[in-house]
Amino acid sequence: MNDIPSFEITDESIYLERRKFISQSLTLGAGMMVANSSFAATQELKPLNYQPVIKDLDKGFYAKEPLTPYEDVKHYNNFYEFGTDKTDPSRYADLLTTDPWSVTIEGEVAKPGTYQLEDLLSWVDIEERVYRLRCVEAWSMVIPWQGFSLASLIKKVEPTSKAKYVAFETLYRPSEMPGQRSRTGTIDWPYVEGLRIDEAMHPLTLMAVGLYGRTMPNQNGAPIRLVVPWKYGFKSIKSIVKIRLLEKQPPTTWQTLAPREYGFYANVNPEVDHPRWSQKTERRLPSSLFRPNRRSTEKFNGYGEQVAHLYKGMNLRKFY
Amino acid sequence: MYKLVVFILALLPALVLFGLASFGQLGPDPGKELVLNTGILALYFLLSTLAVTPFHRWFGWKRLVGYRRMMGLYSFFYASLHFLLVGQFLLGWSLAIFAEEFQERPYMALGMSAWLLMLPLALTSNRRAMKALKQYWKRLHRLVYVIAVLVAGHYLWQIRSDFFEPVFYSVLLMFLLLSRINTLGRAALSFQRLSPKVESKV
Repeated sequence: MNDIPSFEITDESIYLERRKFISQSLTLGAGMMVANSSFAATQELKPLNYQPVIKDLDKGFYAKEPLTPYEDVKHYNNFYEFGTDKTDPSRYADLLTTDPWSVTIEGEVAKPGTYQLEDLLSWVDIEERVYRLRCVEAWSMVIPWQGFSLASLIKKVEPTSKAKYVAFETLYRPSEMPGQRSRTGTIDWPYVEGLRIDEAMHPLTLMAVGLYGRTMPNQNGAPIRLVVPWKYGFKSIKSIVKIRLLEKQPPTTWQTLAPREYGFYANVNPEVDHPRWSQKTERRLPSSLFRPNRRSTEKFNGYGEQVAHLYKGMNLRKFY
Repeated sequence: MYKLVVFILALLPALVLFGLASFGQLGPDPGKELVLNTGILALYFLLSTLAVTPFHRWFGWKRLVGYRRMMGLYSFFYASLHFLLVGQFLLGWSLAIFAEEFQERPYMALGMSAWLLMLPLALTSNRRAMKALKQYWKRLHRLVYVIAVLVAGHYLWQIRSDFFEPVFYSVLLMFLLLSRINTLGRAALSFQRLSPKVESKV
């Protein structure tokens, strides 16, 4: 664990105060409100009711590091559906309609179907996780997410013995997603991602519906997204509309686009460089002109204790 | 007088960028922003430098020629900032890292080569060097065509999904190079060290 100089601790104490306040004062049930931005151009990010993070360092649920400020998390995004600049998503995502929202679950499950988000959320309890997020572009953040384990959702729909992989799909709606209308983009929409079933069932794998105690901002993947903290950020697919359980490994967007550069596994690994840039170090955001905040990248993004066993005996240079 | 105005205008982006960065107005990753922006600015000034001759020839804009050196030096200035910022923010100052990047990443090798080739051009951008180098000065400064190709490669090699900007600027660069196809032919010949007679007709 890195030592953190006190000047790095930002005014996220405000957030922590609020978190305490929410957990103490709200007595709502499992019901949860979802951001309704269908008629407003600005997003209304509502407070969530959730179980505050368990500060158990062994499980990896709580990264004891300074948080990346809320405003930075909301204004520095890779969400190519809204454009390839870091500021495009926060600029254009306001118009995305996230209510109503449904998620289709199909494939190797006993209970396939299209579920309204509200119904789906009534099956689970919302809890908090503070995770490091390492982007394949060599920057990283620390973000408090609110959500539920993907495992709890998968168990509900009763996977069959043939379910070896899980495939995910992002919303395809060019009318609200300008990046999907680009003529010079080379991504074949919709964006798709996938996990092996044991990765999907791992307790760290989160379906997030909020961050910083409020509903998910559109630019961060509202209303529901995946967060897999030991993999590069592009695995954590946003604005999910479809989940399929499969027998065979599904194609994934970046691997399809540039198979030499992006693998199916995409585990954070400083020993395996991206062909066009090094993965040995990262910039922890926010960085500043006088404090670049570069640090060494850790294998499995520092979650090796929790996940290394999943890849025992595998050549991680080959399966990058 | 005009020269001073142009000089200040060309310096302005650097002042604005570093001003914004030092007041935390460039977002959470100012280093990356500065790297990207100085790279693009170096490219703009390289394009301007290369545009002088064709614009002069086609539209008779004679006065442009007087700004070519400044444009070229500004391209070098922004390329140098770009290079320094990559060291400061993206790689860290380590010779081993630079050597590794140069060997393993073609786009880095192209970028660094372009900057290294700019160095002798910047150093000889004065009357004294022109006089000392005589006809070799012109030959030396035709390296700018090689630099342009390296720069286009440096940019194109970084395409991830959207190719509009790198392709757009590379096409512009290639257009400016092709517009002087005769000169390029002569440059190729002179690099082969042919008789200075061909050279003297330039």
